[in-house]
Amino acid sequence: MIRLLALTVTALLLIGAGDRRSGYDDASPDTRAMQDDDAANPAFLWVQQGESLWPEPTGSAGKSCATCHGAVTTLRGAAAHYPAYDPKRGRLMTLEQRINVCRSEHMGAPEFAWDDDKLLSLSALVGLQSRGMTMAAEPREPFLSEGASLFRERMGQLNLSCAQCHEDRAGQSLGGSVIPQGHPNGYPEYRLEWQGMGSLYRRLRNCMVGVRAEPFGPDSREAAALALFLTVRANGMWIETPAVRP
Amino acid sequence: MVRVLINVPKQVAANKPFDVKVLISHPMESGQRRDQLGQAIPRDIINHFICTLDGETVLDADWFPAIAANPFLSFSVVTDKSGTLALTFTDDHGVTQTELVAIMVT
Repeated sequence: MIRLLALTVTALLLIGAGDRRSGYDDASPDTRAMQDDDAANPAFLWVQQGESLWPEPTGSAGKSCATCHGAVTTLRGAAAHYPAYDPKRGRLMTLEQRINVCRSEHMGAPEFAWDDDKLLSLSALVGLQSRGMTMAAEPREPFLSEGASLFRERMGQLNLSCAQCHEDRAGQSLGGSVIPQGHPNGYPEYRLEWQGMGSLYRRLRNCMVGVRAEPFGPDSREAAALALFLTVRANGMWIETPAVRP
Repeated sequence: MVRVLINVPKQVAANKPFDVKVLISHPMESGQRRDQLGQAIPRDIINHFICTLDGETVLDADWFPAIAANPFLSFSVVTDKSGTLALTFTDDHGVTQTELVAIMVT
């Protein structure tokens, strides 16, 4: 009986995992083909820029990323754990924020703005090292619960929560596009709508502007908590960074 | 200088077509859009692209505004001997950039 129960529970978990759809699964065959071929994926223009920035000394300390980290390949798996809790600062850090902290604390260089192409280039390069691994963010409290309640909180003049579209109506249409489940498994990603590269924060900001809410700030606790909730919700899914999305 | 990614096979067979794939980092601003103040954003596109193999033209194309940002171009080339592909493109500012890539025939 217990064995049967265990089997049932396992089966339920498996179905639960199988029901999660990456944005890739909802994209058109053309968009998927762009992502499948690195030579056709425009995000690799950013990766290429990241590769040239990596060994380039900058800032008052005269250091480059490579001075401390060596080859970027040593960071395989690093991006899978972000957003991560930083005990020294007592807050969550996204990968982009971590890169900026490296710049200001170790390199003596100015921090990048959240939408700076160079920041996206470096996070795309670091993210690419973890492609094909599974997402593995730590479900850190109290941030996770905060993020979970933000996900279900109605906001903006349209008075919509994230969950109303990306949970209740995922797979249905908004205008001509399929509403994805909203798993952040390909960031930073190239979005055809943007004709450019964007971080998860840009995506969240986009959604918040879309429901006519005041977007959370790029370094706000709310944005990081929401990013952590979404990432933990997608834990175990394949990392596709840098993905291509419509 | 804009960023360019060129992808060709490491080695190609003589007289067998192979694919050249090119990604160019460019805004391809169509000239149809307006900024927040209602001013027209001037057109800024790559308007000419030419590919030569050791001086012989392989592809010569005029480009127009209906091409997305960061354009991707893929075409086939056939050759019987090794050489250098030169990809040259010119934008609306008159800036010309050339990228070279070696083709190895085995």
